[in-house]
Amino acid sequence: MTDAEKIYEILKDLTDEDLSEKGDTNLFETGLLDSMATVQLLLEIQTELNVDVPVSEFERSEWETPNKIIAKVQTLK
Amino acid sequence: MINLQPYSNPTYFAIILSGLLPVIIGLYYGKRLKIYESLISLVFLIFTFGGNHWHQGIALIGYTIFQVLLTIGYAHYRQQKKNQTSVFVTMIVLSIIPLAIVKLTPLFPANHGFNLGFLGISYLTFKTVQVLMELRDGTIKEISASQYLHFLLFFPTISSGPIDRYRRFLKDYENPPARDVYLQNINKAVFYLFQGFLYKYIIGYYLGTRLLPVVTHLALGQRLAFGGTGFSWYLLAYMYVYSLYLFFDFAGYSLFAISISYFMGIQTPQNFNKPFASHNIKEFWNRWHMTLSFWFRDFIFMRFTFWIMKHRWLKNRVRISQLAYLVNFLIMGFWHGVTWYYIVYGLFHAGAIIINDYWLRFKKKHQDKIPHNRFTEYFAIFLTFNVVCFSFLIFSGFLDKLWF
Repeated sequence: MTDAEKIYEILKDLTDEDLSEKGDTNLFETGLLDSMATVQLLLEIQTELNVDVPVSEFERSEWETPNKIIAKVQTLK
Repeated sequence: MINLQPYSNPTYFAIILSGLLPVIIGLYYGKRLKIYESLISLVFLIFTFGGNHWHQGIALIGYTIFQVLLTIGYAHYRQQKKNQTSVFVTMIVLSIIPLAIVKLTPLFPANHGFNLGFLGISYLTFKTVQVLMELRDGTIKEISASQYLHFLLFFPTISSGPIDRYRRFLKDYENPPARDVYLQNINKAVFYLFQGFLYKYIIGYYLGTRLLPVVTHLALGQRLAFGGTGFSWYLLAYMYVYSLYLFFDFAGYSLFAISISYFMGIQTPQNFNKPFASHNIKEFWNRWHMTLSFWFRDFIFMRFTFWIMKHRWLKNRVRISQLAYLVNFLIMGFWHGVTWYYIVYGLFHAGAIIINDYWLRFKKKHQDKIPHNRFTEYFAIFLTFNVVCFSFLIFSGFLDKLWF
């Protein structure tokens, strides 16, 4: 599985929605992710993708869509 | 010596804008006049904390030296690639101690000693804790005393926020905006300034100075109403008047602070975004006193849940979030002050948001069966508004006066 696929898998788990065709959906404005789900996302990224994301690194505007998350994870690798 | 409280009268605005004129001209030409800006900031700090408030000035100086030493010391420690949890926790505790002392002092009325407090200490503490946490996370790697002081003592927001973030502030401070952006900033600054006048000095004044004493008097006259509980129609009127006053007064103040920041080329974040139009409590906290609630979200709620989940101390996600809400709002209550009504206010909001979450989960599960139309939306806004106003009635401390 590629990183992008893994991220969509994690997001599907958290939001109950398949977002792989909707990479530019704003996860916060639509209410798909709340703070709790966001923390789960960071932890899942840590275990599934081996990328350490401290909470301070989490700037909402940089993580608000699936595409942005994928790009951000690449830069942190 | 004169003393001027921030945004308290027209003179303050006249002085502040003329004092900032060289800064504004400098920024128009793409330059930040750092030395002049530091001097004028110092002058305004002396206006606020000097004169008959000199004891606050001394407290501020002592507090600032202490926090700078702590932060620079910790930054130095982290640069040596050391990262012990015990050191980090000690730093956080030390950083909070002055605020804790100030908040606990009123509990001991016998104490007539020197007061450590000064206007804005609780807002400065948000900034110091935030920087320590980011040093721990490694998102802030180095810190200079001068930049840190500018961030901490940024005078437009020193007394009551909005609470900015170090990296965000520094980006604006070190990179003066391009001319077209700055002109837009000025445009907004003027708008916010007049919006602030409308909110604080017209609507807020009418509600707080004219209406509030009247309803206070009437509601206190009904102490024996409703079986001795004091619940009367006048109390309801007090609840609405106080809630609206609280919003217009604080939102007005925040607009002043944001306006002056924008004049100085610093885009201090917004504090309010139509809070009374929220459809539920969760949304309310994304719209009300936003820089405070986002601070709590990022530095208490998210860290707490992260920590619990990482160590797997609790499995159930719903329970974790409920516990985190409780911790989050309880700390917020204590931060407001150690009185029963601030703490109950915190617990009330924790309870409200937990119930809100139950409802949101229920709604998601039964999406097809629950109607959604204009009426349900208005009803949601109405219900949220009333729940919020009731929480402000608790917060106001009026029940304390009514009952005890």
